[in-house]
Amino acid sequence: MAAPDAPAPTYRLIGTRIPYIEGPLKVTGRAEYTDDIKRSGQLIARLLRSPWPHARLRSINVEKARAMPGVAAVLTGEKYPTPFGVLPITHDETAIAVGKVRYIGDILAAVAASDEATADRALEAIEVDIEPLPDYPEPQGGTIAVAEPIHARGLNGTNIQKEVVQHFGDVDAAFAKAHATVRVRGTFAGVTHAFTEPMATIAEATPDGRLTVWSATQVPHYLHRALSEVLGIPMHRIRVIKPEVGGGFGGKSDPLPHEIICAALSLETGRPVKILFDREDVFVTNHGRHPTKNDVRIAVDADGRILAYDIEALIDGGAWSSFGTVTTYYNGVLSMGPYRVPNFRYHGRRVYTTKPPSGAMRAHGGTNIRYSVELALDDLAERLGIDPFDLRERNALPPHSTTVNQFRITSTSFVKCLHAARERSGWDQKYRKLPYGKGVGLGCGFYISGSNSPIHFTPKMPQCTVHLKADMDGGIAVHCMQADIGQGSNTLLAAIVAEVVGVDLDRVHIMRVDSDVSPVDIGSYSSRVTFMMGNAARQAAESLRDQLIRAASRLTGYPPAQLEVAHEKIRVRHRPDIAVDYLAALHAAMERTGALLATGAYNSPPMGGDFKGARAGTAPAYSFAAYVAQVDVDVETGVYRVEKVWAAFDCGRVLNRLAVEGQIEGSIHMGLGQMMGEAMSYRGARLMNPSLLDYKIPMPQQMPEVECLLVGDDDPEGPFGGKEAGEGPLIATLPAVGNALHDAVGVRYHDLPVTPDKVLRGIEVREQSGRAWKGVG
Amino acid sequence: MGEGMGESTPVRLRVNGVTTALVCPPERILLDLLREDLNLTGTKRGCDLGTCGCCTVWVDGKPVLSCLTLARLVSGRDITTIEGVTPASGLSDLQRAFVDHGATQCGFCTPGFVMTATALLRDHPHPTKPEIERAIAGNLCRCTGYIKIVEAVAATAEGRP
Repeated sequence: MAAPDAPAPTYRLIGTRIPYIEGPLKVTGRAEYTDDIKRSGQLIARLLRSPWPHARLRSINVEKARAMPGVAAVLTGEKYPTPFGVLPITHDETAIAVGKVRYIGDILAAVAASDEATADRALEAIEVDIEPLPDYPEPQGGTIAVAEPIHARGLNGTNIQKEVVQHFGDVDAAFAKAHATVRVRGTFAGVTHAFTEPMATIAEATPDGRLTVWSATQVPHYLHRALSEVLGIPMHRIRVIKPEVGGGFGGKSDPLPHEIICAALSLETGRPVKILFDREDVFVTNHGRHPTKNDVRIAVDADGRILAYDIEALIDGGAWSSFGTVTTYYNGVLSMGPYRVPNFRYHGRRVYTTKPPSGAMRAHGGTNIRYSVELALDDLAERLGIDPFDLRERNALPPHSTTVNQFRITSTSFVKCLHAARERSGWDQKYRKLPYGKGVGLGCGFYISGSNSPIHFTPKMPQCTVHLKADMDGGIAVHCMQADIGQGSNTLLAAIVAEVVGVDLDRVHIMRVDSDVSPVDIGSYSSRVTFMMGNAARQAAESLRDQLIRAASRLTGYPPAQLEVAHEKIRVRHRPDIAVDYLAALHAAMERTGALLATGAYNSPPMGGDFKGARAGTAPAYSFAAYVAQVDVDVETGVYRVEKVWAAFDCGRVLNRLAVEGQIEGSIHMGLGQMMGEAMSYRGARLMNPSLLDYKIPMPQQMPEVECLLVGDDDPEGPFGGKEAGEGPLIATLPAVGNALHDAVGVRYHDLPVTPDKVLRGIEVREQSGRAWKGVG
Repeated sequence: MGEGMGESTPVRLRVNGVTTALVCPPERILLDLLREDLNLTGTKRGCDLGTCGCCTVWVDGKPVLSCLTLARLVSGRDITTIEGVTPASGLSDLQRAFVDHGATQCGFCTPGFVMTATALLRDHPHPTKPEIERAIAGNLCRCTGYIKIVEAVAATAEGRP
């Protein structure tokens, strides 16, 4: 780590505004997504989905469907019954339902046919005989033993998928000596990713015994593993290709049943098979943010220093485990940072329900609990007469510290975030000083910059590997299985290589993810790519650079230690007039070996305690955020508008300013959606709004002005000092708005989304209780 | 989608200036005709319900949702797709602005936005920010929060980089 007062190094590309390298392809429609690929002779697959939330399958008769002209194959569950799931410890899904269905939308059968209309007619000809089972649309009923558990693996005959109990320090003693305590109970509707590209997969089994799968996935490697496990084909005979992906946000991170079904249908027919989801398919596949109820108690001393958290969470999992075990831990352990919490107790339960599965969505596990915690802290600040900023600064986790649950904190610029947001927003002139209906609020957050645990590897192998090849044309081909799903990781990968080797960006070619040639990276989830891929890329590029420097040393007669890269050349550090062009150095380096190869890898260091679940939430670095939102509430209608968000964010060094701004602005959009109106709306177990018309994401007119305040100091282990900016920027959005609503109308809204009717109702209840809009309460 | 029952219908279109004659089922939608029959895959399918705007093309210069447009009902008309507004080499000013301002992330919605915004700037060369927002309100983007899209359109209108 650099000495604190040493000036931070500057770079030629890193830290500038780098437009996305595939931008020209995207703005012209030339970028190739999965559905843009057409294989000769391909069949179209369609899925028969369950109209029942919970039912035992007595029989499925597919004979009529199978006999229809144009139908190539009909598949039911028993052919490939091997369970799978994204986490190795909770394999509870099958590609097609076996024995019973568990939600409306569960897959009963699949058809491959010459065209979609034929496939749809075949689906209608399938006869299903079922015995209805009791459905469990809400988690509450499933916490005790039930007549017909959704899964046999539910805890002791209940529908509980995962229960976490953690206690660090002594929470009861801390509450006993507290100066003030607060309790907040939050309710959160489920929300979903709403990426614009529906899922799509093409599979092609070929006579050489191989299987190629193109899929809109953000984790090609886990898909690769799941295909192998379920289909019983060794991984080396399966080739997974990731075309451009039209957004993911977590929704394309699980290996999904349709991907396996598509491959199975190709194996059955010997022909290429395409499956393309319609929007209703996307909604019922879901894997979005969990509907959650939480109960947060916080104790503080007279100065507002946090003494203890006591937290419960009841998490509605839907039909599958998905990432749920992680979700259950995260709802606890991600509640603490950016604050020091000396005593902590958590009881979390994730319960299976007969609804579409929830899973990982941007800022997974950290969003709902953060909202409740931040509203609770604001309530405490008000009652203690402490400014919300001061209360948080007093509790800030120091850099290079360890949390009560043994998270290793290295860099944190959280206090700088607080200062920047406070100053730029004019907080001290606004908070509690704006007229009725207008308000400002503070929300803070932190998030993992990559999960420390690769979820599949024993023994531990690198979480990311990058390969480079430089040949006589002067181009550098980069192979890595990292998944750019729009966040800009291809551009960052190219920029890091170009920066280190000293060449123009257009010399660097990011090769499409292809498991035959791309070394493993475990994909775009847990906000891990910048940190892990970035370090691997830097290492690979340094290896390539060193080969060039050795060649330049032979050409110039100066020792390698005296040489450095500059733009498109290698020069003598103290005699910059003596230089070798990049191409000359490259060609000299190639004399004996031909094309240069270089490799780099990243493996996160050991960390975390040795108790059960200790690894959940450990990360090689964390991002930090302090947001101020300013709202304008129409107190007659309850309609409110977020006018501006001051987003102070610590992603370490900013590596691509354009991309970081884009991640923050997009995160704020998504966070506002959950705050202001988005909800997976259910009647019982039936999803009532499976379309983008009825599930409304915010419109351009609803977007606030956003001022990005990027104040992070370099992280000691991050690539060039960088950390994540993909998920952490979402979290602080919601409580900033929630606390601003309180400043505006004197009501704390704990039930999300906060729609205008709830705003009005809250105002009515406050008025009926005789409370003024300003003042303690 | 969901076709195959009725009598096939001749459809004659000018697509990006090229006259094209096809015979297709009466329920063939314009989006499928473009993507499947003509292999013009720049136009994207996001919802099939007219809710996302990814499939925006022009009919006689006017932005329409091709997923809600029956191909036979636009027979004889001029169709312009993203391929038709892209210069033979390089990018249009608006496309360049989308790249430079970070107005495209995953890119799946981008062709639709380019079609909508190109028509806006052709008809209203100097739109206000609310006019831009209103014009693009039928196109969904989940990545950018629209901020950089509005910026890119405004920058193009003002002739600045």
